[in-house]
Amino acid sequence: MEILVCAKRVPDTAENEIEINSAGNDIKRDDLVYSVNEWDNYAVEEAIQIVEKHGGSVTVVTVGDDESEEILRREMAMGAENGILLTDEAFEGSDGKGIAALLKAAVEKGNYDLIMTGAQADEGYAQVGGMLAAMLDYPYASLVNKIEVGDGKLTVGREIEGGNIEINEIELPCVLSIQTGINEPRYVGIRGIRKVASVNIPAMGASDLGIDPASVGADAAGVKRIDYFVPEMGEGAQMLEGSDDEILEKLIELLKSKGGIK
Amino acid sequence: MEHALISPAAYAIFGIPAVIFSIIIPIAAAALFAYIIAKRLAPLVMARPDYRFDRPGRRVFNVIKFWLGQWKHPRYMVAGVIHIVIFFGFIILSIRSAEMVIKGISEGFVFPGLNTWAGDIYYALKDYAATAVFIAVVAAFVRRVFFKPERYTYPESYPRNHTWEALLVLGFIAILMVAESLYEGAAVAAQVQAGLESDFLAPATLAWFFKVLMLDSANSTLQGAHIISYFVHDIVFFTFLCFLPLGKHFHVLTSIFNVYFMRLDKGNIRPVRYGVGDEALDTLETFGVKTYQDFTWKDILDFYTCADCGRCSDNCPANAVGRPLSPRFISLKGRDYTFDHFPVFGDFLKTDENIAGTVYSEDEIWSCTTCGACERECPIGNEYINKIVDMRRAMVEDGNVPQSLQKPLQCLEKRGNPYGKMEKKRADWTRELAEEFEVKVLEKKGGSADTLYFVDSVSAYDERMQSVARATARILNFAGIDFGVLGKNEKDSGNEVRRFGEEMLYQELKDQNIEAILNSGAAGIVTADPHAYNVIKNDYNSGDLPPIEHISQFLCRNIKNGKIRLGGPGEEAGQKVYTYHDPCYLGRHNDIYDQPRDVIDAITGVNRVEMARSRDRSFCCGGGGLMLFYEAREDERMGVRRVKMAREAGANVIVTACPFCLANIEDAIKVAGLEGEMEAIDLCELVVQHIGS
Repeated sequence: MEILVCAKRVPDTAENEIEINSAGNDIKRDDLVYSVNEWDNYAVEEAIQIVEKHGGSVTVVTVGDDESEEILRREMAMGAENGILLTDEAFEGSDGKGIAALLKAAVEKGNYDLIMTGAQADEGYAQVGGMLAAMLDYPYASLVNKIEVGDGKLTVGREIEGGNIEINEIELPCVLSIQTGINEPRYVGIRGIRKVASVNIPAMGASDLGIDPASVGADAAGVKRIDYFVPEMGEGAQMLEGSDDEILEKLIELLKSKGGIK
Repeated sequence: MEHALISPAAYAIFGIPAVIFSIIIPIAAAALFAYIIAKRLAPLVMARPDYRFDRPGRRVFNVIKFWLGQWKHPRYMVAGVIHIVIFFGFIILSIRSAEMVIKGISEGFVFPGLNTWAGDIYYALKDYAATAVFIAVVAAFVRRVFFKPERYTYPESYPRNHTWEALLVLGFIAILMVAESLYEGAAVAAQVQAGLESDFLAPATLAWFFKVLMLDSANSTLQGAHIISYFVHDIVFFTFLCFLPLGKHFHVLTSIFNVYFMRLDKGNIRPVRYGVGDEALDTLETFGVKTYQDFTWKDILDFYTCADCGRCSDNCPANAVGRPLSPRFISLKGRDYTFDHFPVFGDFLKTDENIAGTVYSEDEIWSCTTCGACERECPIGNEYINKIVDMRRAMVEDGNVPQSLQKPLQCLEKRGNPYGKMEKKRADWTRELAEEFEVKVLEKKGGSADTLYFVDSVSAYDERMQSVARATARILNFAGIDFGVLGKNEKDSGNEVRRFGEEMLYQELKDQNIEAILNSGAAGIVTADPHAYNVIKNDYNSGDLPPIEHISQFLCRNIKNGKIRLGGPGEEAGQKVYTYHDPCYLGRHNDIYDQPRDVIDAITGVNRVEMARSRDRSFCCGGGGLMLFYEAREDERMGVRRVKMAREAGANVIVTACPFCLANIEDAIKVAGLEGEMEAIDLCELVVQHIGS
């Protein structure tokens, strides 16, 4: 099975202290450490496991700048065979629909049976997978946490609110957005990354993809961020301050006094 | 001296001269033995290299100390004494046994020198040796069958039970002792009966008892006993010899080699591949031990040599708290695999089977804290840490790393610490000290200090452990040392990164630290973290680095020379009973036991007690570095066990000299519900409480 996994380079929440910048329109990005979006990593692992069992190959695609190449290499160190970097000045500032349009063009350049995305990325829209499926006119299943490969179709499990699971059959080719916990992604060591350090990763711009530069990017974005802030403390909210131990102590006290714990 | 019985060399059985058997048995047995040994050597010859041929002087010293001197045996007094008796009995009797074999062919044979006064001494000695070995064998049998020490039991997870082997061999030895004594006793009894001058038998020995018992026996009985016991001895002797390489008693033959080749350097981890330098690691196709073929010959010699005594597992903290690891079975399963795949009869089966997940379970491999208790206890120099680390290396290579360890490893790669904290905040712990004195942060080029304080990640970032860092800085400042820290240029020391098998990440951290340390221009390094101390001292292997000291050594030195003076414990502290917990990477891996104790004892009037498990038998608190992130399957935390041990010793304050020990023990006190009753404190914190007062 030929599988394309769409991945994104994001600031790693576990390794960063996220603060709003002075302009108030984004987070401070100077000292950030980036890595592959966690959901996408699960998707790549799942794709590799399918290929290990059923044959085929995994390709990872991302939209970004030169620095985004590092996440492609990391996923290739995991076991993805190919990486594709979609990069062009015209792509900068694209909204979800723009990204989906770029990915659609990339899908059409290849011959894929299955497209996977992470369920969501750092910004939490969870929109690209669905839009991509719609643009491709492929069936779509979101929040997938189980995949079984059948003949020309897949059986997929989906996580439902409250922990329930629903099982669906879905025709190939299709788009799936992958939920974390579907598998245990393998570790990628420095040695693995070095092994793929010199593998050529093709970069594709607007003309390579046959995309009108005006149809994507900031200007074409239908959704524009106009503000970014930490919400004001509302009524009844209380910020606990101090060392970890002090915060914990205060929290326990509060929970006890309000009847949360006995 | 005249003999009253026909000797085995001259005897005929149903008309067939017995000397024929005396010749055939040794030749056939020697051929079989040589064949078996050749088969057993094959896997060692095919194994990966292991550099163990250096420093012959120290290796011979080890053989004298650990093999001939049986140095570690008395650590288990009863079993140790039994073993020592059997060991020296064997050594003494080996000459006699060889003589017996030859006597069957040439009845008058005596080894040169033994027909003199030396022989008189030797023959008396060997009579006592045979008797002592017999008694020891009976004692060992009784222990095994009736007392059944816990460390000899086999868990359900290990389906092969080797107890029968132990009992069979005890039986062999007992028969040999009885046969040799009966052979001689019968001969002397016959001499007495015939009124001849009789050979001297040492009183109260087995042979002497047999002589006394048989003084009234018929000559034909004595003749029969003499001949039968001779051939029983001959056959059992060679059966025993050929049986040795088939099971755990192979150690009788291999232990001398295993001890000769045992590790000489402490605290270090072996290279990924002997003969391949750090800079050439990228050229290697594979890392670590993935298949059996990846073991070195010393690993396989370890498997052969394991005597299944269970001392390693008896001291293994992971085993004690019910983790799925017992070092004894690392050796036993390795030997079983070797014997199954390299059988004495039949073809060798070479497989590319991944041993992680088959021979050894993955949890088993990750459960080890690398505390080193097993290796310290093994009487014959078996090693475990290198094998565990090498299996982890192969698992890391395959991406097979527990999820709980992946984030911290990734953070180490990106930020140089396992918590994912910002590099620029690495020296933030010094801010609180700003009013007292300035801590130089040697981040910029040109900054320098005489002494470099290597903080390491946990003390730099962990809120609680920052107090250890500050206490260390206060001590250095008090002693008037010109010191600095590397700030953002310092990376995690990598002790656990290496031990968890992520070699390339360790190499990067090491290179960055070496460069930063050299740039600081410091003439010496001090650290309060034994893990950092260990890896810089024993693994970095850089001849350019200045010498490193653990703060306990620094303190001890400066207390002795009077630079640091500690006051009394004060009123409140006077009620306290202190005990010192030896961190594995300070104690076992670096032999620093006395200095921290001397520092505590320098506090006037301090009340310090020892735990039953202390010094090189210290019980690991749960492990440091990445081990804090590993979610082990276990019944109880190691730290909780340790806190209970301290309580049993009558202590209410556990002093340690390692931030990870402090973290584990403080947590354990809470988990055990002993808050208020017990407390833990770092040596540096304790010293700062009393310094200059």
